[in-house]
Amino acid sequence: MYTFSKRLKIFSIVLMVLGAIGWGSSYMSSHNTTIEDVKEMLAAEEASHGGGDHSAAVASESHSDEADHGEAHDAEEAAHHDDKHAEHVMHQIHNRPYSALYVAAFFFMMIALGSLAFYAVQYASQSGWSPVLFRVMEAITYYLLPGALIVVAIALWAGDHLFIWMDPEVVAEDKIIQNKSGFLNRTGFIIRAVIFIGGWSLYRYFSRKFSLAQDSSDNTSNFKKNFRISAAFLVFYLISESMMSWDWIMSVDPHWFSTLFGWYVFASMFVSGITVIALITIYLKSKGHLEFVNDSHIHDLAKFMFGISIFWTYLWFSQFMLIWYANIPEEVTYFATRFEYYKLPFFGMLALNFIFPFLILMNSDYKRVNWFVVMAGIVILIGHYLDVFNMIMPATVGENWFVGLPEISAVLLFGGLFIFLVFFALSKAPLKAKGNPFIHESEIFHY
Amino acid sequence: MDTVKVVHAVYTDDEVLMAAVKKVREERHHIEEIYTPFPVHGLDKAMGLAPTRIAITSFLYGCLGLAVAITMMNYIMIDDWPQDIGGKPSFSYLENMPAFVPIMFELTVFMAAHLMVITFYLRSKMWPFKKAENPDPRTTDDHFLMEVATRGNEQAVEDLLSSTGAIEVNIVEKEAH
Repeated sequence: MYTFSKRLKIFSIVLMVLGAIGWGSSYMSSHNTTIEDVKEMLAAEEASHGGGDHSAAVASESHSDEADHGEAHDAEEAAHHDDKHAEHVMHQIHNRPYSALYVAAFFFMMIALGSLAFYAVQYASQSGWSPVLFRVMEAITYYLLPGALIVVAIALWAGDHLFIWMDPEVVAEDKIIQNKSGFLNRTGFIIRAVIFIGGWSLYRYFSRKFSLAQDSSDNTSNFKKNFRISAAFLVFYLISESMMSWDWIMSVDPHWFSTLFGWYVFASMFVSGITVIALITIYLKSKGHLEFVNDSHIHDLAKFMFGISIFWTYLWFSQFMLIWYANIPEEVTYFATRFEYYKLPFFGMLALNFIFPFLILMNSDYKRVNWFVVMAGIVILIGHYLDVFNMIMPATVGENWFVGLPEISAVLLFGGLFIFLVFFALSKAPLKAKGNPFIHESEIFHY
Repeated sequence: MDTVKVVHAVYTDDEVLMAAVKKVREERHHIEEIYTPFPVHGLDKAMGLAPTRIAITSFLYGCLGLAVAITMMNYIMIDDWPQDIGGKPSFSYLENMPAFVPIMFELTVFMAAHLMVITFYLRSKMWPFKKAENPDPRTTDDHFLMEVATRGNEQAVEDLLSSTGAIEVNIVEKEAH
């Protein structure tokens, strides 16, 4: 049995408290930002790089009276435009703490959901190498129910700060959203969320129950039940995960859609989940637990990290290339925003999620070196955080993005909660699923 | 023609073969070659063969393929006959790069795979119509054959191999290399 050490418990609680304080203060300060503050800020920005405008103004002074008349009109319009722009920027500043919280909550929920899918794949394929890791996976998926409820709660609480289709005023003026409102409405959103979370949690509850019951059983009936529900779950998961990604992510840009989006999000959550399984396994091993896990298990997890990273890149690129090639305005605007305002996170994410794991984990021997896997794993997790960041932020905060206090605090907050719940779940059952019919094969597994 | 004496031991089970390989190596005899109907997992390690370097060559061939693809597409689509790709007449390789990624990927895989296979054939001294070196056709079906070198001690080797569960042990004369 693993006991949740006091140090780790305190560490996770400290993370949560720090995160809550940091996020709370950034929330307060963003909410106290008024339109006047924003105008001042914009004026200061303008002054710092307004050289070009001045020369234009000087040039226009030599124009005739008629032109001057027209210019006065223009100035009026420009002032009106400035007001609108300032209001827009103020909204984005208000949205930022909500978005930061939502991105971090979704990121950790996604890890648990990815692990659950990986776990179900192991059962459905009756694989022999992985049963020694089952308790780690089960502990990670313990976070799914609270994590997913938090994501939905934030989505509903933030409302039109994240999802403009939740604002009736916006919908009233927007024909495209009106056409989609049969699907994109608050009630539908809640009903679907209940179905998704209910389905995932039911599977998680029963598979954990059968897995524990199998430990003290003299036949394989529980294992067979797990096999059956895992196969059924995977069908449900593939549909619900895809729809979840439309609801919880894609609808922040309600005009834009991509048919590949669900798969792309799936690849992201799958690789994040596998990475966290590897990291927690290596951590537990370093603390002297999981003595039955050998290098070959780490090697296999690292192979998955390598392979699914490339799979992610493949899906990301498949989505990108078609949109880039076709260059249809309503589609390409998605990437145009990211190219223009999100250069660093957008291209940085590609380096972290593809080039780095590709080169680092290519060599077979490196996949068995624990600190190598840990290093690659941390980079992959940062990369996939940025991936979620790039999915949400452009729609909610636009060019006023930054990875600062709200973002980092939100990661600390949910990271602390994640560690707390996962290690709590680890301490609830023996770390070895000793009743699994493949446990011996798994223990002697070598590559 | 010079000949050397080698001992051929025939097995019908890969587990027995593996145990025999370990024993023969413990007794410090030299295993010339093992002929098996299918790849036996872990046999290379048991025989003490040096790790293969073919993965490194494969990586280099992949890099070559990537370079060939970039050079080729740059010449065809940008330099020689500039093309307006997808309504974006930038005529720059970098800005049109997404269109070339599938080709870059395919040629990387193509070169890595084909050149690796050719390297493998060259390194194993195999070519079309080469006479098979396989001493016993049963090893293409369900038998395993271990060839052990001798230094005038063929009788001792034969006795050792008989005790490892071989169904047949023969001393044969073989052309010296």
